Amino acid sequence: MKKDKIIAAILTVTALSAISGLALITIFIFREGMPIILRTGGGEFFLSADWRPRDGSFGIFSMIIGSLAVTAGAMVIGMIFGLGLAIVLTQFAPPSLAAVLKPVVELLAGIPSVVYGFMGVVTLVPLIRNRLGGPGLSVLAASIVLGIMVLPTVTSISVDALQAVPRSFWEGSIALGATRWQTTRMVMLKAARSGIVAAAILGMGRAVGETMAVIMVAGNSIEIPGSILAPTRTLTSNIALEMGYASGAHREALFATGVTLFVIIMILNCVALSVSRRSARERSFR
Amino acid sequence: MELKMETRQLNLFYGGFQALRDVNLQIKPREITAIIGPSGCGKSTLLRCLNRMNELIRNVRTTGQILLDGRDIHDQAMELTSLRRRVGMVFQRPNPFPLSVFDNVAYGPRVHGTTDGAKLQAIVENALRATDLWNELKDRRNSPALALSPEQQQRLCISRLVAVEPEVLLMDEPCSALDPIATARVEELMRELAHSYAIVIVTHNMQQAARVSSETVFMLLGDLVEAGRTARIFENPRDKRTEEYISGRYG
Ligand SMILES: Nc1ncnc2c1ncn2[C@@H]1O[C@H](COP(=O)(O)OP(=O)(O)O)[C@@H](O)[C@H]1O
Ligand SMILES: [Mg+2]
Repeated sequence: MKKDKIIAAILTVTALSAISGLALITIFIFREGMPIILRTGGGEFFLSADWRPRDGSFGIFSMIIGSLAVTAGAMVIGMIFGLGLAIVLTQFAPPSLAAVLKPVVELLAGIPSVVYGFMGVVTLVPLIRNRLGGPGLSVLAASIVLGIMVLPTVTSISVDALQAVPRSFWEGSIALGATRWQTTRMVMLKAARSGIVAAAILGMGRAVGETMAVIMVAGNSIEIPGSILAPTRTLTSNIALEMGYASGAHREALFATGVTLFVIIMILNCVALSVSRRSARERSFR
Repeated sequence: MELKMETRQLNLFYGGFQALRDVNLQIKPREITAIIGPSGCGKSTLLRCLNRMNELIRNVRTTGQILLDGRDIHDQAMELTSLRRRVGMVFQRPNPFPLSVFDNVAYGPRVHGTTDGAKLQAIVENALRATDLWNELKDRRNSPALALSPEQQQRLCISRLVAVEPEVLLMDEPCSALDPIATARVEELMRELAHSYAIVIVTHNMQQAARVSSETVFMLLGDLVEAGRTARIFENPRDKRTEEYISGRYG
């Protein structure tokens, strides 16, 4: 009894310190980053593409565009292949194959991002440079590398969503003479819709936040990319590349970039959470 | 009279377990045939043979013949999708799709190639009228089917079949999730539908079999023990096991 109480107390203290640690980090980032946003004015900071720290111009618009472009590209690739894989695994492959392949895909999440970046630099970048033109280090290269990196998230959550669809829906459709593909398209994907949306949003969160692999393949130039073959710099890359030598207002501006990322990712996670809550409600409703 | 469906010496194995033995079932057009028997005797299994739904389970093997209008349903020339359109199935628990009422009923026609909007409207209206849902639901065609009452859901599942103009309706304990009043209304609906279709209903409720069917088939442990006119089976069973079951000596 007494031992129980001691353990409960220890656990409470660890839990509270973890939460307060996170809270402190949040407060710290905002305290360091907010002043410069307020000083420069939100409009100037977010909507100017002029980032010249030495001259005191801090506009992160081109980085916002870079992050959006790279993330959008990654989502196109990640959703086509991730959702496609989830459909094959749950609707067409024999269950034994699915039982092997899903963990394998999930294992991909454990590979360090620098390895993905390295593979991108060695194989993808030259391929793009030689076949499609441009410097190779580009929005496209970053999109493809990130698209592969979000596959485990997208696939695994989509598989869960499709597997959670009651078998009676599937049987009802097959018994009406629908083919497997018709059943997938017209019933299963609709029934699993909110889970699939959650998969996309969580994948997006990963893509927005990824740094190392993107730095290695995106080229990192500070301008709004004119095409998918042009190089670009993302919000995360900007922080990682410059934090090492930044001081004063420059350092504050990097924290403000962090604030921007923080808010974007919080919004994505909140949306994902509310969507998956909705899907849980829909299921209990059945 | 021509038979609508027929099984000849039908055997079915789940792996090593034999669930049906030499079953000879006869289904007459425009009549309700009830399959009765204690739980686990193979009623659902037999029903699922008739539209080849058993093939979706692994390790299932069948021998013997199943005829629809005299033609073997395992024939190369008989496409599986068109067989399942002609021989439709209503499940124990209502299973409307998580779509609108309209999309549920239009599902079958769409799957089988009808895309014309006006035509779909007409099909949906007719199918909903056939199950007496039209007046209740005509203003709620776009609301989700899962929000309907269980009885409405089961009727909707029947409408969904009617919309593809089937020839045989298979119903596996269609009223087991319904209260007595809803059950009575679905039974009434079945009697009406029997003017157009052959209906096979599985039930472990003998009163229900006696109320709705004109033919009754009694099964026990994978054997088809006795088949005949419902009144005759209930009043004058020939097999001792049938008599024992009807008088309530099995569960
Ligand atoms: N998928 C299956 N795999 C193995 N055995 C099964 C399967 N489905 C049913 N059975 C067995 O076949 C027998 C008949 O089952 P079923 O047709 O569902 O009976 P009923 O509908 O008359 O209650 C039972 O003994 C059951 O355990
Ligand atoms: Mg059964």
